[in-house]
Amino acid sequence: MARMKFLCDEERCIECNACVTACKNEHEVPWGVNRRRVVTMDDGLPGEKSISVACMHCTDAPCQAVCPVDCFYTTDDGVVLHDKDMCIGCGYCLYACPFGAPQYPQEGAFGARGKMDKCTFCAGGPEEDHSHEELEKYGRNRLAEGKLPLCAEMCSTKSLLAGDGDIVSDIFRNRVIRREGEANTWGWNTAYKD
Amino acid sequence: MSTTSTLSRRKKMMAWTGVVMLMAIFLLPMTGYISTGFVTVAEEQQVQEQQTNPRSDYWRLVRENTKGYSAVKGRETNELIQASGQNWRQLRNGPIATYGSWLIGFTLAVLAVFYMWRGKVELSHPRTGQTIERWTLNERRMHWLTAGLFVILGITGTSLFYGRLVLIPIFGHNGFSAYAEIAKWTHNILGPAFVVALFSMIVAWFKNNFLNKIDLEWFKAFGGMIGDKHPSAEKLNGGEKMWFWALATIGVALCLTGLVLDFPNFDQEREIIQVSHLIHVITALVLIAFAFGHIYIGTIGTEGALEGMVTGQVDTAWAEQHHDLWAKSVIKKESDSH
Repeated sequence: MARMKFLCDEERCIECNACVTACKNEHEVPWGVNRRRVVTMDDGLPGEKSISVACMHCTDAPCQAVCPVDCFYTTDDGVVLHDKDMCIGCGYCLYACPFGAPQYPQEGAFGARGKMDKCTFCAGGPEEDHSHEELEKYGRNRLAEGKLPLCAEMCSTKSLLAGDGDIVSDIFRNRVIRREGEANTWGWNTAYKD
Repeated sequence: MSTTSTLSRRKKMMAWTGVVMLMAIFLLPMTGYISTGFVTVAEEQQVQEQQTNPRSDYWRLVRENTKGYSAVKGRETNELIQASGQNWRQLRNGPIATYGSWLIGFTLAVLAVFYMWRGKVELSHPRTGQTIERWTLNERRMHWLTAGLFVILGITGTSLFYGRLVLIPIFGHNGFSAYAEIAKWTHNILGPAFVVALFSMIVAWFKNNFLNKIDLEWFKAFGGMIGDKHPSAEKLNGGEKMWFWALATIGVALCLTGLVLDFPNFDQEREIIQVSHLIHVITALVLIAFAFGHIYIGTIGTEGALEGMVTGQVDTAWAEQHHDLWAKSVIKKESDSH
Protein backbone atom coordinates (compact mmCIF):
# COMPACT_ATOMS: atom_id res chain seq x y z
CA MET A 1 0.00 0.00 0.00
CA ALA A 2 0.99 3.54 -0.51
CA ARG A 3 2.17 5.70 2.36
CA MET A 4 0.37 9.01 1.98
CA LYS A 5 2.34 12.18 2.64
CA PHE A 6 1.95 15.92 2.29
CA LEU A 7 4.77 18.08 1.00
CA CYS A 8 4.72 21.84 0.63
CA ASP A 9 7.38 23.28 -1.67
CA GLU A 10 8.17 26.61 -0.01
CA GLU A 11 9.89 27.89 -3.19
CA ARG A 12 6.56 27.67 -4.97
CA CYS A 13 3.97 28.62 -2.38
CA ILE A 14 2.57 32.07 -3.16
CA GLU A 15 0.35 32.31 -0.07
CA CYS A 16 -2.87 32.46 -2.07
CA ASN A 17 -4.73 30.50 0.67
CA ALA A 18 -6.72 28.61 -1.98
CA CYS A 19 -5.90 25.32 -0.23
CA VAL A 20 -7.42 26.69 2.98
CA THR A 21 -10.55 27.83 1.19
CA ALA A 22 -10.92 24.67 -0.88
CA CYS A 23 -10.64 22.50 2.21
CA LYS A 24 -13.16 24.52 4.14
CA ASN A 25 -15.62 24.39 1.28
CA GLU A 26 -15.13 20.73 0.39
CA HIS A 27 -15.66 19.45 3.91
CA GLU A 28 -18.12 22.08 5.17
CA VAL A 29 -15.77 22.62 8.11
CA PRO A 30 -17.52 24.34 11.04
CA TRP A 31 -17.07 28.01 11.86
CA GLY A 32 -13.81 28.78 13.66
CA VAL A 33 -12.12 25.59 12.50
CA ASN A 34 -9.52 25.56 9.74
CA ARG A 35 -8.03 22.21 8.89
CA ARG A 36 -5.32 23.84 6.82
CA ARG A 37 -3.55 27.18 7.09
CA VAL A 38 -0.76 29.06 5.34
CA VAL A 39 2.02 30.57 7.48
CA THR A 40 4.40 33.20 6.12
CA MET A 41 7.75 33.91 7.72
CA ASP A 42 9.50 37.27 7.29
CA ASP A 43 6.27 38.60 5.84
CA GLY A 44 6.93 41.62 3.64
CA LEU A 45 10.72 41.24 3.85
CA PRO A 46 13.13 40.02 1.20
CA GLY A 47 13.25 36.23 1.32
CA GLU A 48 9.75 35.82 2.73
CA LYS A 49 8.52 32.28 2.42
CA SER A 50 5.21 30.57 2.96
CA ILE A 51 4.17 27.07 3.89
CA SER A 52 0.76 25.49 3.85
CA VAL A 53 0.33 23.24 6.87
CA ALA A 54 -2.29 20.81 8.10
CA CYS A 55 -2.21 17.47 9.88
CA MET A 56 0.90 15.73 8.53
CA HIS A 57 -0.36 12.20 9.32
CA CYS A 58 2.73 11.29 11.33
CA THR A 59 4.18 7.82 11.60
CA ASP A 60 4.44 7.83 15.39
CA ALA A 61 1.65 10.33 15.83
CA PRO A 62 1.90 12.32 19.09
CA CYS A 63 -1.89 12.87 19.13
CA GLN A 64 -2.42 9.13 19.03
CA ALA A 65 0.08 8.59 21.85
CA VAL A 66 -1.52 11.02 24.31
CA CYS A 67 -5.24 10.51 23.57
CA PRO A 68 -6.81 9.37 26.87
CA VAL A 69 -9.59 7.48 25.09
CA ASP A 70 -7.38 6.07 22.32
CA CYS A 71 -9.65 7.29 19.52
CA PHE A 72 -7.00 7.61 16.79
CA TYR A 73 -6.12 4.99 14.22
CA THR A 74 -3.81 4.85 11.20
CA THR A 75 -5.21 3.53 7.94
CA ASP A 76 -3.35 1.20 5.59
CA ASP A 77 -2.47 4.32 3.57
CA GLY A 78 -0.69 5.84 6.57
CA VAL A 79 -3.47 8.37 7.14
CA VAL A 80 -4.10 9.25 10.80
CA LEU A 81 -7.85 9.42 11.49
CA HIS A 82 -9.93 9.64 14.64
CA ASP A 83 -13.34 8.56 15.85
CA LYS A 84 -15.43 11.60 16.78
CA ASP A 85 -17.95 9.43 18.63
CA MET A 86 -15.21 8.52 21.10
CA CYS A 87 -13.46 11.91 21.29
CA ILE A 88 -14.13 13.72 24.57
CA GLY A 89 -12.62 17.07 23.57
CA CYS A 90 -9.90 17.12 26.24
CA GLY A 91 -7.39 18.98 24.06
CA TYR A 92 -4.39 16.71 24.70
CA CYS A 93 -3.81 16.03 20.98
CA LEU A 94 -3.51 19.77 20.44
CA TYR A 95 -0.96 20.05 23.28
CA ALA A 96 1.16 17.28 21.75
CA CYS A 97 0.88 18.06 18.02
CA PRO A 98 3.93 19.86 16.56
CA PHE A 99 1.87 21.24 13.66
CA GLY A 100 -1.09 22.66 15.57
CA ALA A 101 -3.45 20.50 13.52
CA PRO A 102 -6.20 19.52 16.00
CA GLN A 103 -8.99 22.10 16.27
CA TYR A 104 -12.05 22.28 18.47
CA PRO A 105 -15.39 23.91 17.82
CA GLN A 106 -16.35 25.80 20.95
CA GLU A 107 -19.04 24.03 22.91
CA GLY A 108 -20.56 25.93 25.80
CA ALA A 109 -19.11 28.63 28.01
CA PHE A 110 -15.48 29.40 28.92
CA GLY A 111 -14.09 28.04 25.66
CA ALA A 112 -15.14 24.47 26.47
CA ARG A 113 -13.96 22.21 23.68
CA GLY A 114 -16.25 20.17 21.50
CA LYS A 115 -15.15 17.15 19.51
CA MET A 116 -11.78 17.53 17.83
CA ASP A 117 -11.64 18.19 14.10
CA LYS A 118 -8.60 17.90 11.88
CA CYS A 119 -7.47 17.19 8.34
CA THR A 120 -8.47 13.68 7.25
CA PHE A 121 -6.28 13.62 4.12
CA CYS A 122 -9.73 13.66 2.46
CA ALA A 123 -10.18 10.10 3.73
CA GLY A 124 -13.34 10.50 5.83
CA GLY A 125 -13.62 8.66 9.10
CA PRO A 126 -14.50 5.30 10.64
CA GLU A 127 -18.08 5.41 9.30
CA GLU A 128 -19.06 3.63 6.11
CA ASP A 129 -17.53 5.23 3.01
CA HIS A 130 -19.71 7.94 1.44
CA SER A 131 -22.34 7.58 4.16
CA HIS A 132 -24.27 10.60 5.38
CA GLU A 133 -22.72 10.25 8.87
CA GLU A 134 -19.21 10.29 7.45
CA LEU A 135 -19.96 13.42 5.43
CA GLU A 136 -21.47 15.18 8.45
CA LYS A 137 -18.65 14.38 10.86
CA TYR A 138 -15.52 14.23 8.75
CA GLY A 139 -16.32 15.69 5.36
CA ARG A 140 -15.90 14.07 1.98
CA ASN A 141 -13.99 10.87 1.42
CA ARG A 142 -12.09 11.61 -1.78
CA LEU A 143 -9.59 8.80 -1.25
CA ALA A 144 -12.43 6.27 -1.46
CA GLU A 145 -13.41 7.90 -4.77
CA GLY A 146 -9.88 7.33 -6.04
CA LYS A 147 -8.98 11.02 -5.76
CA LEU A 148 -6.28 12.79 -3.79
CA PRO A 149 -6.76 15.62 -1.23
CA LEU A 150 -8.41 18.64 -2.79
CA CYS A 151 -6.01 21.19 -1.33
CA ALA A 152 -3.11 19.69 -3.29
CA GLU A 153 -5.19 18.83 -6.36
CA MET A 154 -6.17 22.43 -6.94
CA CYS A 155 -2.93 24.15 -5.83
CA SER A 156 -2.25 26.61 -8.65
CA THR A 157 1.56 26.45 -8.43
CA LYS A 158 1.62 22.76 -7.51
CA SER A 159 3.50 23.77 -4.40
CA LEU A 160 1.41 21.52 -2.18
CA LEU A 161 1.82 17.89 -3.09
CA ALA A 162 -0.19 15.04 -1.61
CA GLY A 163 -0.14 11.34 -2.33
CA ASP A 164 2.09 8.31 -2.20
CA GLY A 165 5.26 9.42 -0.41
CA ASP A 166 7.54 7.81 -3.01
CA ILE A 167 5.90 9.59 -5.92
CA VAL A 168 5.76 12.89 -4.02
CA SER A 169 9.47 12.74 -3.25
CA ASP A 170 10.30 11.80 -6.86
CA ILE A 171 8.45 14.85 -8.15
CA PHE A 172 10.14 17.05 -5.58
CA ARG A 173 13.60 15.61 -6.23
CA ASN A 174 13.25 16.35 -9.95
CA ARG A 175 12.33 19.92 -9.14
CA VAL A 176 15.29 20.34 -6.84
CA ILE A 177 17.73 18.96 -9.41
CA ARG A 178 16.52 21.51 -11.96
CA ARG A 179 16.48 24.25 -9.37
CA GLU A 180 19.99 23.59 -8.03
CA GLY A 181 19.51 23.78 -4.32
CA GLU A 182 19.02 21.87 -1.17
CA ALA A 183 15.86 19.88 -0.72
CA ASN A 184 13.57 21.12 2.00
CA THR A 185 11.09 18.41 2.71
CA TRP A 186 9.33 20.53 5.26
CA GLY A 187 8.21 18.69 8.37
CA TRP A 188 9.24 15.27 7.12
CA ASN A 189 11.89 14.73 9.79
CA THR A 190 9.32 15.47 12.45
CA ALA A 191 6.45 13.59 10.90
CA TYR A 192 7.73 10.52 9.10
CA LYS A 193 9.96 7.67 10.15
CA ASP A 194 9.42 5.42 7.11
CA MET B 1 82.47 48.90 45.31
CA SER B 2 82.81 48.10 41.64
CA THR B 3 81.96 44.41 42.15
CA THR B 4 78.76 45.29 43.97
CA SER B 5 77.77 47.76 41.22
CA THR B 6 78.28 45.17 38.44
CA LEU B 7 76.34 42.65 40.51
CA SER B 8 73.43 45.02 40.96
CA ARG B 9 73.52 45.93 37.25
CA ARG B 10 73.42 42.26 36.34
CA LYS B 11 70.49 41.73 38.68
CA LYS B 12 68.67 44.65 37.06
CA MET B 13 69.34 43.23 33.62
CA MET B 14 68.02 39.87 34.63
CA ALA B 15 64.89 41.44 36.08
CA TRP B 16 64.25 43.45 32.91
CA THR B 17 64.82 40.42 30.69
CA GLY B 18 62.33 38.52 32.78
CA VAL B 19 59.74 41.25 32.38
CA VAL B 20 60.27 41.45 28.63
CA MET B 21 59.98 37.69 28.30
CA LEU B 22 56.76 37.58 30.32
CA MET B 23 55.27 40.38 28.25
CA ALA B 24 56.26 38.59 25.08
CA ILE B 25 54.56 35.42 26.30
CA PHE B 26 51.30 37.30 26.83
CA LEU B 27 51.48 39.74 23.94
CA LEU B 28 52.77 37.66 21.04
CA PRO B 29 49.72 35.38 20.84
CA MET B 30 47.56 38.49 20.78
CA THR B 31 49.08 39.69 17.52
CA GLY B 32 46.31 37.76 15.80
CA TYR B 33 44.03 40.64 16.70
CA ILE B 34 46.04 42.92 14.45
CA SER B 35 44.53 41.24 11.43
CA THR B 36 41.04 40.62 12.84
CA GLY B 37 40.57 43.48 15.28
CA PHE B 38 40.81 46.31 12.81
CA VAL B 39 38.50 44.93 10.16
CA THR B 40 36.00 47.60 9.17
CA VAL B 41 32.31 47.29 9.97
CA ALA B 42 31.37 46.89 6.31
CA GLU B 43 33.78 44.04 5.86
CA GLU B 44 32.41 42.37 8.97
CA GLN B 45 28.86 42.58 7.64
CA GLN B 46 30.01 41.03 4.40
CA VAL B 47 31.64 38.20 6.32
CA GLN B 48 28.43 37.58 8.25
CA GLU B 49 26.32 37.60 5.13
CA GLN B 50 28.58 35.03 3.59
CA GLN B 51 28.30 32.85 6.67
CA THR B 52 24.51 32.47 6.69
CA ASN B 53 22.31 31.03 4.05
CA PRO B 54 18.95 32.80 3.80
CA ARG B 55 17.11 29.53 3.28
CA SER B 56 18.55 27.96 6.42
CA ASP B 57 17.82 31.20 8.26
CA TYR B 58 14.20 30.67 7.32
CA TRP B 59 14.14 27.12 8.68
CA ARG B 60 15.92 28.29 11.80
CA LEU B 61 13.07 30.77 12.38
CA VAL B 62 10.57 27.95 11.97
CA ARG B 63 12.47 25.70 14.34
CA GLU B 64 12.68 28.39 17.00
CA ASN B 65 8.88 28.73 17.07
CA THR B 66 9.10 32.21 15.57
CA LYS B 67 5.68 33.61 14.86
CA GLY B 68 4.98 34.42 11.25
CA TYR B 69 1.87 35.70 9.56
CA SER B 70 -1.20 33.69 8.74
CA ALA B 71 -4.43 34.80 7.13
CA VAL B 72 -6.14 32.16 9.26
CA LYS B 73 -6.77 33.99 12.50
CA GLY B 74 -6.74 32.16 15.79
CA ARG B 75 -4.65 31.03 18.70
CA GLU B 76 -1.07 30.37 17.51
CA THR B 77 -2.14 29.76 13.91
CA ASN B 78 0.92 31.73 12.78
CA GLU B 79 3.32 29.20 14.30
CA LEU B 80 4.52 26.41 11.99
CA ILE B 81 6.18 24.02 14.42
CA GLN B 82 5.65 23.87 18.15
CA ALA B 83 8.36 21.59 19.45
CA SER B 84 7.61 21.58 23.18
CA GLY B 85 4.62 19.30 22.63
CA GLN B 86 6.99 16.40 22.06
CA ASN B 87 8.61 17.02 25.45
CA TRP B 88 5.21 17.19 27.05
CA ARG B 89 4.25 13.89 25.51
CA GLN B 90 7.49 12.18 26.58
CA LEU B 91 7.24 13.44 30.15
CA ARG B 92 3.55 12.67 30.56
CA ASN B 93 3.58 9.22 29.02
CA GLY B 94 7.02 8.34 30.35
CA PRO B 95 8.45 9.22 33.76
CA ILE B 96 5.35 10.87 35.22
CA ALA B 97 3.04 7.98 34.38
CA THR B 98 5.60 5.41 35.55
CA TYR B 99 6.81 7.02 38.78
CA GLY B 100 3.30 8.29 39.55
CA SER B 101 1.93 4.76 39.60
CA TRP B 102 4.92 3.66 41.71
CA LEU B 103 4.27 6.47 44.17
CA ILE B 104 0.60 5.53 44.61
CA GLY B 105 1.38 1.82 44.79
CA PHE B 106 4.26 2.32 47.21
CA THR B 107 2.12 4.49 49.50
CA LEU B 108 -0.65 1.91 49.62
CA ALA B 109 1.84 -0.90 50.23
CA VAL B 110 3.54 0.98 53.07
CA LEU B 111 0.18 1.71 54.71
CA ALA B 112 -0.91 -1.94 54.38
CA VAL B 113 2.35 -3.21 55.87
CA PHE B 114 2.20 -0.62 58.64
CA TYR B 115 -1.36 -1.62 59.53
CA MET B 116 -0.39 -5.28 59.68
CA TRP B 117 2.59 -4.46 61.88
CA ARG B 118 1.17 -1.77 64.16
CA GLY B 119 -2.55 -2.29 63.87
CA LYS B 120 -4.96 0.34 65.09
CA VAL B 121 -3.57 2.87 67.59
CA GLU B 122 -6.05 2.24 70.37
CA LEU B 123 -7.06 4.39 73.30
CA SER B 124 -4.68 3.75 76.19
CA HIS B 125 -7.31 4.75 78.79
CA PRO B 126 -10.98 3.74 78.71
CA ARG B 127 -13.43 6.27 77.39
CA THR B 128 -14.66 8.72 80.02
CA GLY B 129 -17.98 9.30 78.31
CA GLN B 130 -17.36 13.02 78.50
CA THR B 131 -16.83 14.78 75.20
CA ILE B 132 -15.40 18.11 74.12
CA GLU B 133 -15.96 19.92 70.83
CA ARG B 134 -13.10 19.51 68.36
CA TRP B 135 -14.59 20.77 65.09
CA THR B 136 -17.50 23.19 64.68
CA LEU B 137 -20.29 22.41 62.25
CA ASN B 138 -18.89 24.88 59.69
CA GLU B 139 -15.42 23.39 59.94
CA ARG B 140 -16.84 19.93 59.35
CA ARG B 141 -18.90 21.11 56.39
CA MET B 142 -15.79 22.69 54.91
CA HIS B 143 -13.70 19.56 55.49
CA TRP B 144 -16.20 17.14 53.98
CA LEU B 145 -16.97 19.38 51.03
CA THR B 146 -13.26 19.62 50.20
CA ALA B 147 -12.75 15.93 50.89
CA GLY B 148 -15.69 14.86 48.75
CA LEU B 149 -14.59 17.07 45.86
CA PHE B 150 -11.02 15.82 46.24
CA VAL B 151 -12.14 12.22 45.92
CA ILE B 152 -14.33 12.89 42.88
CA LEU B 153 -11.64 15.00 41.19
CA GLY B 154 -9.00 12.41 42.06
CA ILE B 155 -10.98 9.55 40.54
CA THR B 156 -12.00 11.45 37.39
CA GLY B 157 -8.51 12.92 36.95
CA THR B 158 -6.62 9.65 37.33
CA SER B 159 -9.18 8.06 35.00
CA LEU B 160 -8.10 10.45 32.28
CA PHE B 161 -4.43 9.82 33.07
CA TYR B 162 -4.37 6.05 33.58
CA GLY B 163 -7.73 5.11 32.02
CA ARG B 164 -6.29 4.18 28.65
CA LEU B 165 -3.95 1.71 30.33
CA VAL B 166 -6.24 0.33 33.01
CA LEU B 167 -9.89 1.00 32.16
CA ILE B 168 -10.04 0.52 28.37
CA PRO B 169 -9.07 -3.19 28.69
CA ILE B 170 -11.97 -3.57 31.17
CA PHE B 171 -14.74 -1.43 29.67
CA GLY B 172 -13.73 -1.36 26.03
CA HIS B 173 -13.15 1.75 23.93
CA ASN B 174 -16.76 2.90 23.65
CA GLY B 175 -17.64 2.20 27.26
CA PHE B 176 -14.61 4.02 28.59
CA SER B 177 -15.12 6.93 26.21
CA ALA B 178 -18.69 7.43 27.48
CA TYR B 179 -17.41 7.48 31.07
CA ALA B 180 -14.41 9.68 30.18
CA GLU B 181 -16.69 12.29 28.64
CA ILE B 182 -18.66 12.52 31.90
CA ALA B 183 -15.40 12.42 33.88
CA LYS B 184 -13.96 15.32 31.88
CA TRP B 185 -17.06 17.48 32.40
CA THR B 186 -17.29 16.59 36.09
CA HIS B 187 -13.60 17.38 36.57
CA ASN B 188 -13.89 20.69 34.72
CA ILE B 189 -17.00 21.84 36.57
CA LEU B 190 -16.12 20.67 40.10
CA GLY B 191 -12.51 21.88 39.82
CA PRO B 192 -13.31 25.56 40.49
CA ALA B 193 -15.60 24.50 43.36
CA PHE B 194 -12.68 22.63 44.89
CA VAL B 195 -10.53 25.74 44.56
CA VAL B 196 -13.08 27.71 46.60
CA ALA B 197 -13.43 24.95 49.20
CA LEU B 198 -9.69 24.45 49.61
CA PHE B 199 -8.91 28.16 49.80
CA SER B 200 -11.60 28.78 52.43
CA MET B 201 -10.18 25.88 54.48
CA ILE B 202 -6.65 27.27 54.19
CA VAL B 203 -7.82 30.71 55.35
CA ALA B 204 -9.91 29.34 58.23
CA TRP B 205 -7.20 27.07 59.64
CA PHE B 206 -4.15 29.12 58.81
CA LYS B 207 -3.61 30.42 62.36
CA ASN B 208 -3.67 26.92 63.91
CA ASN B 209 -0.89 25.61 61.74
CA PHE B 210 2.32 27.40 62.59
CA LEU B 211 4.99 24.82 63.36
CA ASN B 212 6.75 25.15 66.73
CA LYS B 213 9.01 23.27 69.16
CA ILE B 214 6.19 21.04 70.38
CA ASP B 215 5.77 19.74 66.84
CA LEU B 216 9.49 19.05 66.58
CA GLU B 217 9.27 16.86 69.67
CA TRP B 218 6.16 15.27 68.22
CA PHE B 219 8.06 14.34 65.05
CA LYS B 220 11.00 13.00 67.06
CA ALA B 221 8.60 10.58 68.76
CA PHE B 222 7.06 9.65 65.36
CA GLY B 223 3.77 11.11 66.53
CA GLY B 224 3.21 8.18 68.85
CA MET B 225 2.61 5.91 65.87
CA ILE B 226 5.70 3.89 66.64
CA GLY B 227 6.19 2.86 70.27
CA ASP B 228 3.90 3.56 73.20
CA LYS B 229 4.97 7.11 73.97
CA HIS B 230 2.39 9.86 73.54
CA PRO B 231 4.12 13.06 72.50
CA SER B 232 2.45 16.33 73.40
CA ALA B 233 0.38 18.13 70.81
CA GLU B 234 -1.78 21.21 70.56
CA LYS B 235 -5.14 21.24 68.78
CA LEU B 236 -3.30 20.16 65.65
CA ASN B 237 -0.29 17.85 65.87
CA GLY B 238 2.81 18.03 63.70
CA GLY B 239 1.44 15.57 61.16
CA GLU B 240 -1.79 17.47 60.74
CA LYS B 241 0.18 20.68 60.29
CA MET B 242 2.34 19.07 57.61
CA TRP B 243 -0.79 17.94 55.77
CA PHE B 244 -2.10 21.51 56.02
CA TRP B 245 1.10 22.97 54.58
CA ALA B 246 1.15 20.35 51.83
CA LEU B 247 -2.33 21.52 50.84
CA ALA B 248 -1.39 25.17 51.23
CA THR B 249 1.57 24.80 48.84
CA ILE B 250 1.19 21.76 46.59
CA GLY B 251 -2.59 22.07 46.72
CA VAL B 252 -2.48 25.72 45.69
CA ALA B 253 -0.18 24.87 42.77
CA LEU B 254 -2.64 22.14 41.81
CA CYS B 255 -5.53 24.61 41.88
CA LEU B 256 -3.79 27.37 39.94
CA THR B 257 -2.56 25.06 37.18
CA GLY B 258 -6.00 23.47 37.04
CA LEU B 259 -7.56 26.87 36.38
CA VAL B 260 -5.10 27.47 33.52
CA LEU B 261 -6.22 24.19 31.96
CA ASP B 262 -9.92 24.67 32.65
CA PHE B 263 -10.38 27.99 30.88
CA PRO B 264 -9.00 27.89 27.33
CA ASN B 265 -11.09 30.95 26.51
CA PHE B 266 -8.30 33.22 27.76
CA ASP B 267 -6.17 32.22 24.76
CA GLN B 268 -3.27 30.94 26.83
CA GLU B 269 -0.63 29.39 24.59
CA ARG B 270 0.26 25.73 24.40
CA GLU B 271 3.59 26.04 26.19
CA ILE B 272 1.88 27.45 29.28
CA ILE B 273 -0.78 24.77 29.04
CA GLN B 274 1.82 21.99 28.75
CA VAL B 275 3.80 23.18 31.78
CA SER B 276 0.58 23.65 33.76
CA HIS B 277 -0.56 20.18 32.84
CA LEU B 278 2.69 18.57 33.99
CA ILE B 279 2.62 20.47 37.31
CA HIS B 280 -1.07 19.60 37.68
CA VAL B 281 -0.45 15.86 37.24
CA ILE B 282 2.62 15.74 39.52
CA THR B 283 1.02 17.76 42.33
CA ALA B 284 -2.18 15.73 42.04
CA LEU B 285 -0.34 12.42 42.35
CA VAL B 286 1.70 13.66 45.34
CA LEU B 287 -1.44 14.93 47.08
CA ILE B 288 -3.29 11.69 46.40
CA ALA B 289 -0.42 9.82 48.07
CA PHE B 290 -0.59 12.25 51.04
CA ALA B 291 -4.37 11.86 51.15
CA PHE B 292 -4.09 8.08 51.45
CA GLY B 293 -1.93 8.61 54.53
CA HIS B 294 -4.37 11.17 55.94
CA ILE B 295 -7.37 8.91 55.35
CA TYR B 296 -5.56 5.94 56.89
CA ILE B 297 -4.67 7.81 60.08
CA GLY B 298 -8.10 9.38 60.30
CA THR B 299 -10.03 6.12 59.94
CA ILE B 300 -8.63 2.64 60.59
CA GLY B 301 -5.27 3.89 61.84
CA THR B 302 -6.45 5.64 65.01
CA GLU B 303 -9.30 4.72 67.31
CA GLY B 304 -11.67 7.62 67.83
CA ALA B 305 -10.16 9.99 65.28
CA LEU B 306 -13.02 9.88 62.80
CA GLU B 307 -15.60 10.77 65.47
CA GLY B 308 -14.16 14.25 65.77
CA MET B 309 -14.73 15.07 62.11
CA VAL B 310 -18.10 13.30 61.91
CA THR B 311 -19.83 14.46 65.11
CA GLY B 312 -17.54 17.31 66.04
CA GLN B 313 -17.15 15.82 69.55
CA VAL B 314 -14.26 13.72 70.85
CA ASP B 315 -13.96 11.75 74.07
CA THR B 316 -11.76 13.43 76.66
CA ALA B 317 -9.69 10.24 76.89
CA TRP B 318 -8.90 10.51 73.18
CA ALA B 319 -8.21 14.22 73.45
CA GLU B 320 -5.79 13.78 76.35
CA GLN B 321 -3.98 10.97 74.57
CA HIS B 322 -3.53 12.65 71.20
CA HIS B 323 -3.85 16.38 71.84
CA ASP B 324 -3.03 16.77 75.56
CA LEU B 325 -2.16 20.48 75.52
CA TRP B 326 -5.32 21.34 73.62
CA ALA B 327 -7.46 19.09 75.85
CA LYS B 328 -6.07 20.72 79.01
CA SER B 329 -6.74 24.22 77.73
CA VAL B 330 -10.29 23.39 76.64
CA ILE B 331 -11.12 21.65 79.92
CA LYS B 332 -9.59 24.55 81.87
CA LYS B 333 -11.59 27.07 79.86
CA GLU B 334 -14.78 25.12 80.49
CA SER B 335 -14.16 24.82 84.23
CA ASP B 336 -13.27 28.53 84.38
CA SER B 337 -16.52 29.51 82.74
CA HIS B 338 -18.63 27.43 85.16
